Amino acid sequence: MREILTVANKEFQDGLRNRWLLSITLIFAVLSVGLTYFGAAASGAVGTTSLSTTIASLASLAVFLIPLIALLLSYDSFVGEQEGGTLLLLLTYPLSKNQLLLGKFLGQGGIIALATVLGFGSSALLLFIQNSDIAILQTFGYFILSATLLGLSFTAIAYMISLVASEKSKAAGVALITWFFFALVFDLALLALLVGAETGLSQTALTQLMMLNPADIFRLVNLAGLDSSDVNGALAIAIKANLTQSQLLMLLLGWVAAPLAIASIIFKNKKL
Amino acid sequence: MKTPVVSLENVSKNYKSLQALSSINLQLAQGEVLGLFGHNGAGKTTMMKLILGVISADAGDVTVMGMQPDNKSAWHMRAKMGYLPENVMFYEQLTGLEVLTYFARLKGQSKSHAKALLEQVGIAHAMGRQVKTYSKGMRQRLGLAQAFIGEPKLLLLDEPTVGLDPNATAEFYSSVDQLKTQGTSVVLCSHVLPGVEQHIDRAMIISGGKTLALGTIAELRAAANLPTQIKPQGLNGALLEDSMLKSYVNSAGHLTVPEQDKLKVLRHLLADESLNDIAVESANLEQVYQYYLAKTEQTKNTKAEA
Repeated sequence: MREILTVANKEFQDGLRNRWLLSITLIFAVLSVGLTYFGAAASGAVGTTSLSTTIASLASLAVFLIPLIALLLSYDSFVGEQEGGTLLLLLTYPLSKNQLLLGKFLGQGGIIALATVLGFGSSALLLFIQNSDIAILQTFGYFILSATLLGLSFTAIAYMISLVASEKSKAAGVALITWFFFALVFDLALLALLVGAETGLSQTALTQLMMLNPADIFRLVNLAGLDSSDVNGALAIAIKANLTQSQLLMLLLGWVAAPLAIASIIFKNKKL
Repeated sequence: MKTPVVSLENVSKNYKSLQALSSINLQLAQGEVLGLFGHNGAGKTTMMKLILGVISADAGDVTVMGMQPDNKSAWHMRAKMGYLPENVMFYEQLTGLEVLTYFARLKGQSKSHAKALLEQVGIAHAMGRQVKTYSKGMRQRLGLAQAFIGEPKLLLLDEPTVGLDPNATAEFYSSVDQLKTQGTSVVLCSHVLPGVEQHIDRAMIISGGKTLALGTIAELRAAANLPTQIKPQGLNGALLEDSMLKSYVNSAGHLTVPEQDKLKVLRHLLADESLNDIAVESANLEQVYQYYLAKTEQTKNTKAEA
């Protein structure tokens, strides 16, 4: 355990030193406060918008940003140390590969989690002070929890990339493609399938397909509880499928654990 | 006899089709310093990785301090091993003290231990600066401090003196001598460097994954039977007229004398009144090394011809 905490502490300190925590928190805070107060500006009014509109807009922005940030933060975590020679050195220490992996995950995951809580939590607090409606905290609670899990999921995916790649620049390229796939291509492909399939895709089948993308699960968690008039597209259909929020959160948790387990296996078989 | 700290028995390692090491045998005793020589790709680093337990042997037995280093149960013993890899780039944005504290903590040591080590290698004045501002020599010292964490019983050093100035090199060798008296076994992996021979007990020369020679320098020198260079001064060309010495004179005007004729020639020279100085140089490590490399080249060639 001491080893894991030592590594985690170092990675967390790195996140502070490189201003990652500060900049991610700032991005999230500006986004959420901005959307909360000026989300209605498009319709000609300034002031707090409805909770469901705020969460809907936040979710659709966060679903692009969070994976990108997590991938950026972690893509060079292993390949960078491999290029520098410190990975080999660390493995000659009384430290197992899993301890190193978990330590890094705790440290960098901690940065993402803390930034999410602070960034989005700030606007939740603002809204709560103004309206003192307990539903705000609950809805934002789910949002922050799912956003953290989404970030952790892509951190774990970034580790897979970082462990497979032989060079830092290749890892960066693969990370970008991964982001592009999960954030954009996947949904477009789903839409195409929905429109193109002659017999039509059943609601269940569509929802099941969406489980293959952590970003979509994140969207579902946050939109499921909302007024569906604020939601449109393929999601609106999927939302009507009967998966509870906690089931969806469990699935998202699975999307954290599975890539981490795969990363561990890749690491175990990695040649040094 | 005490059990050796490191023992390799018939160890082989392949990377796909490349045979990195074949049938290596080595016993390293406590407090012994071994020089491991060979050019790039000879298998030096592979051997170190095997001893460290980072990779596993395909055949043969590797035993370090009575355990198999690649086995999980042997991890605790890694705290007693120090390794300096070749060309390691430490975390550039961290300060020297932060880097060393991180590594010390991973071996269960404290920050004050890290500080003491930085003082020992002579970069305590720069411990608050980021590693990216360090010179090559300072980085190498930091790497050495890292290898010395936790008073290791076994040290594996890959090219330890690269980038060190002569002063720092001398300091480094005195640290090695000191560790040796404390009972630390050391493997110095290097290209052949002048000055290394006084600090090693035995030398191992490898090439293409095979052991070419293993023994004390005196043994290797005797087995190679390399001639001694004798440089007399003040004889003014009398060498060529002397019937006995004539045959030993080389193109530089010095004498190249086989080991068994050395004393005979020296006596003969000393009898000459006009001799005012004399230098006798036995074959150095570099020549011994070249000899063994050339010998394998020859056997290879003859085999190819046959």
